[in-house]
Amino acid sequence: MHKVSLTIDGVNIKADASMTVLEAALENNIYIPNLCYHKDLNPAGTCRMCLVEVNDPNNQVIACQTTVEEGMSVITDSPRLKSVRQITLELLHVNHTQDCTHCGKNSNCQLQEVTSYVGVNEARVEQLRKSSPNIEKDTSNPFFIFDHNKCILCGICVRTCNEIQGVDALQFGYRGVNTVVSTFMDKPVIESVCESCGECVVRCPVGALLPVDEMKTSREVSTICPYCGVGCGIRLGIRGERVVNVKGDEGNPVNRGRLCVKGRFGYNWIHHKERLKEPLVKKEGKFVKATWDEALDLVAEKFSRYRGSEFAAFSSAKCTNEENYLIQKFARAVMGTNNVDHCARLCHSPSVAALAQSLGSGAMTNSIEEIADAGCIFAIGTNTTESHPVIGLKVKEARRKGAKVIVANPRRIDLCKKADIWLQYRGGTDVALLMGMCRVIVEENLTDTSFIARRCENYEAFKESLQEFTPAYVEEITGVDPALLREAARIYAGASSSSVLYAMGITQHSHGTDNVLAISNLALLTGNLGKPSSGINPLRGQNNVQGACDMGALPNVYPGYQKVSDPDVKEKFENAWKATLDESPGLTLTEIVNAAHKGDVKALYLVGENSLLSEPDGNHVLEALKKLDFFVAQDIFMSETASLADVVLPAASFAEKNGTFTNTERRVQLVRKAVNPAGDAKPDWWITSQIAKKMNHRGFDFKNASEIFVELAALTPSYKGITHERISQKGISWPVKSRVHKGTPVLHKDSFSTASGKGKFFPLKYIPPAEMPDEQYPFILTTGRSLYHYHTGTMTRRVDGLNILKERETVEINPGDASLLGLGEDDRVRVTSRRGEIEAAVKITPNSPAGMVSMSFHFSESPANLLTNPALDPVAKIPELKVCAVRVEKI
Amino acid sequence: MQDLDNILSSFEGKSGELIPVLQKIQNELGYLSEEAMLRAAEFLNIPESKVFGVASFYSQFRFTPTGRNKITVCEGTACHVKGAKGIKEEISRIKGIEDGETSSCMEYTLEGVACIGCCALAPCITINDDVHGRLDKKKVSDILKEI
Repeated sequence: MHKVSLTIDGVNIKADASMTVLEAALENNIYIPNLCYHKDLNPAGTCRMCLVEVNDPNNQVIACQTTVEEGMSVITDSPRLKSVRQITLELLHVNHTQDCTHCGKNSNCQLQEVTSYVGVNEARVEQLRKSSPNIEKDTSNPFFIFDHNKCILCGICVRTCNEIQGVDALQFGYRGVNTVVSTFMDKPVIESVCESCGECVVRCPVGALLPVDEMKTSREVSTICPYCGVGCGIRLGIRGERVVNVKGDEGNPVNRGRLCVKGRFGYNWIHHKERLKEPLVKKEGKFVKATWDEALDLVAEKFSRYRGSEFAAFSSAKCTNEENYLIQKFARAVMGTNNVDHCARLCHSPSVAALAQSLGSGAMTNSIEEIADAGCIFAIGTNTTESHPVIGLKVKEARRKGAKVIVANPRRIDLCKKADIWLQYRGGTDVALLMGMCRVIVEENLTDTSFIARRCENYEAFKESLQEFTPAYVEEITGVDPALLREAARIYAGASSSSVLYAMGITQHSHGTDNVLAISNLALLTGNLGKPSSGINPLRGQNNVQGACDMGALPNVYPGYQKVSDPDVKEKFENAWKATLDESPGLTLTEIVNAAHKGDVKALYLVGENSLLSEPDGNHVLEALKKLDFFVAQDIFMSETASLADVVLPAASFAEKNGTFTNTERRVQLVRKAVNPAGDAKPDWWITSQIAKKMNHRGFDFKNASEIFVELAALTPSYKGITHERISQKGISWPVKSRVHKGTPVLHKDSFSTASGKGKFFPLKYIPPAEMPDEQYPFILTTGRSLYHYHTGTMTRRVDGLNILKERETVEINPGDASLLGLGEDDRVRVTSRRGEIEAAVKITPNSPAGMVSMSFHFSESPANLLTNPALDPVAKIPELKVCAVRVEKI
Repeated sequence: MQDLDNILSSFEGKSGELIPVLQKIQNELGYLSEEAMLRAAEFLNIPESKVFGVASFYSQFRFTPTGRNKITVCEGTACHVKGAKGIKEEISRIKGIEDGETSSCMEYTLEGVACIGCCALAPCITINDDVHGRLDKKKVSDILKEI
C-alpha cells in the first residue's frame, strides 16, 4: 500500500494512502474524540465530534470522512474546534439519562470518554435538559435491553445490522427531535426481523443497548464455541466459579469477533441445575447414585463380557479430538472391534465417501475467510444463515463485494433474498439439477479445458452420461425453468472463482453420495478447485464433526482416514497400541442400531449422542436400545436416550476441559478449561481412559489432553505437525506435514490426493427419493434447523432466552395447502408417515413450497424423526432424512 | 392484496420509487397499512425497517386509516390568535377524538395543520373540501351536527 506523510498536531506520521485522517490518528495513538466511528463499519460522519482543521484554521473537516494526503497538516484541538464540539456534545447530554454510576456501560462508555476530553457547560446542559426520560425501555428481547433514553443516534447499531449482519432490523425512524432508532412500525425488537445476534449490542458506544445480565468479569478464557462446525473463537467471561458472559474473539480468523445468537447468548446451560453431577447406575428400573469406582468397575466388568462384534461405541462430534481418538482406540484396541461410528453418519458421510473417491479428501477444500472474496457463491442444500450463521455473514459480505449468489433450495430460505438466482427445485432431484448445469456448461463451451486435460480423468465417460440431462428433461424432474438453469450455469462457470457451499440438503438422501459426486463434477468441469475462494465446501454440523472423522471414529478407517483393511496400516496401529486389531470394517451407526434390534450387538457405549431424536424412525431406535444387554451413556445431561441406559456417566462440558476441536475448514483449534466441572463430572477422555485401565489395558495412562494429542499426531499424518503449544494463539488447517509446515487453507493446489493424483469425473444417473408422495401420504416432509436451537436441544432448550425466541416446533406449510386442509395459523395438526405420528402447531408461510411441509428436530415433544425414512444411501449408509411422505390432518 | 397488486403494477420495482409508491398507496388506501408497507418493501427489495424509516420521516404519510370525514383545524398564526385552540378542543369534546385520531365508528378524523391559507376567515377549519370560517364554539357545534 502506498504511504503518505502528514503531520497531526505537529507530529510527523506516515499512513496508508487509503486511510482517513481519523484512522491515521488513532493508529498513531493520537486521540480525536469520536462517537459514530467504528472500525468495522463505513464512516457515517454524523456525530461531528472528529472535526479537525486541515492546513488552515478556517478549513474544518470531519476526520472520519477525509482521506489523508501528502503534506497534509492536521490540527485536532483549538478553541474554535472545542466550541463546536462542546455545543454538539451538550445537545446529546440534554437528551441522555444521567445515571452513569449505575449504568452497565460505566467506565466503558464513549460518551463519557468524549465528555471528559471535550468538557461541557453544566449550567447550559441543565437549562436545556429534557424533564425526564420519556421513552419506555424495550425489554422484549430476552438477551438485551434497548433504552432509547440513552441513545445518542450515532447509527452504529443501524449500520451494524445493515453492513455486518445484513438483517436490517433497525433504521432511523421519525424526524427532528423525535428521531429514534426504530424497527419496522416501531414495534418491540422481538417482533421485528432481529435475529438477536447481539452484534449491535457489542458495538453500542453507550448504554442504549446492553445485555440483560451485563456484568463485569474477573477473568477471561479464550476457547472455541461448542455449537456448529464453523468453530468461532470465543472468550468466556468468568466471575467466581461461573461463566457469566461470552464475547467474540476478534483475533480468531474464523469469525473475527462475530457470533450468532447461540454462540453469544446460549451458554446458561453450563451451570444448569439439571447437569449430571455424579455417576448413576440403574437398579430395579431406577437410577441410583454411585461413586466413580463403583460405576467404572461395573462398566469394565460388563464390557469385558462383550468383546468383539457384540460391542459397539457411538463416539461424539461434540467431544474433543483427543476424546474421539481415545474412544475409537478403546473400541479397537480394548474391545477388539471396528464397530465405532458417530453422528457424521447422519450428516456428511456422503461427503467423506464421495469426495474421497473424486478428489481424495472429504472436507472443505477452501477456508471460511476465502468465501468473502469469491466471484460466485453457489449455495445448494444449505440454509446457511440459520445453520451456519457466521458463514452466512461471509456470503453476505461476498455479495456486498460484488459476488453473484446462486441459491438452490426447494424452500424460500432467508438467503434467497440476497440471491441473484434462486433455483427452486423439487426435494431430492439434486443430481438432475447439477448434471443439467454441467450439460449446459459443456454445450456452451464454458469448461476449463486445460484444467480437465491436466488434472482430471474419466472425462469422456462423464460427458457421455450428460447427454440425457437436457434442459427439458431436467425441468420435468426438478421443475426448474430451463432459462434459469442456463443462466445459473453461465454465472457459475463464468465467474473468476466459484465456491460451492452445501450441507444436509445434499447429503441426507438415499442417493447422497451421488449428489456430492455431482457437485464434484461441476467444480472439476470449471476448474474451480485448488485455487483461492473456489472449491467444494461441505458445511459441517457439529463443532467437532470434522475432528471426530479425522480421529477415525468411523468403522472403516483409523485416524487420518487410514483404512482398517490395509494390512500395513493395521500393523502400524497394532505396534503403536500393542494390541491385535480386526481388519474387517465395523458397522455404521445406522447398522449398529439394526444389529442391536436383531440382538447381534449386545453392549453399547454411547458418548454424547441423543440417538432417539437424531436418528430416523425413532420408534425403531427405541426398540433397539431396549434390547441391549448393557448400555452405558456418557453425557452432560440426562438426554432422552441416556435415560434408557444401565449406567450414566457424567461428563465435563467444553468449558470444563482442555483439548482441540477441528472446525469445518479443517482448522484445529485449542479448547481451554475455564471452570471446574459440574459436581463430580469428569472429562470424557478421563472416563474412557479409566474404563480401559480398569480392563487392564495398557496405553491409556494420560495425565492430560496434551499428552493424548502427542500420541494421535504421531499416528495421523495430516496432524503430524500440530501440538497444543503450536496452536495456542491461532488454529491451523490440516494437512500440517511438519512442525514448520504452515498448514493448508486450500486443498488440491497442485494435485489431488487420490491415488492417481487426478480429480475423477463420475457419470451419474438420476434416482428419485426412496419414498415419494402418494394418495395416502400426499406431502413431502423435509427436516431442517432453527437459528435459535441446536440439534436435539439438549443444550439450547435449557437456555430460557432461546426458548422465548423459539418456544416450540412448528410444521411449516404453504398457504395454498393450508387452505385446502382448512388450516389456520397455530392450528394443531397430526403429521403421520408410514413409521409414526407426531403433533405440532402449523405455521403458514409462502417460504414452504406447495406439496412440502418442513419441521426441525430440536423438540422432544414433537420428534420429527419418528416420521423420517431410514432408507440408506448404498455407499455412505446415510438415511434419507430430507425427504419422506407424510399426511397432515387437523386435530 | 388485489388492490396492492394493482397499485404496484404501475411501478418497475426500483428502490428509487419508494416515495411515489408510498404516495400512491396512501392515495388509494387513505393511509399506509402495515401489510401495504411490507408488500412495498418486498416489491422494491428494500428492508422493511427502511420503508418505515422513510414513511415516518415525512409528515405527509399516516399509519392509521382516516374516517369518512376529515376535519382539519388551522393552527396558523391568525387562527391561533383568534382562538384555534378552543375550536380544536370543542371538536375533540364533541367527537371524542384527539389530534391525529379517528373515531371508532370510522366517521371522523381530526388533524391540526399549520395554515390552510384563509387567514381572513380566522379561525377556520375544513371538513373534507369545504372551508368553514369565522368560527366560535357554538358555530362549530352546529356545523358538526350537520355532517
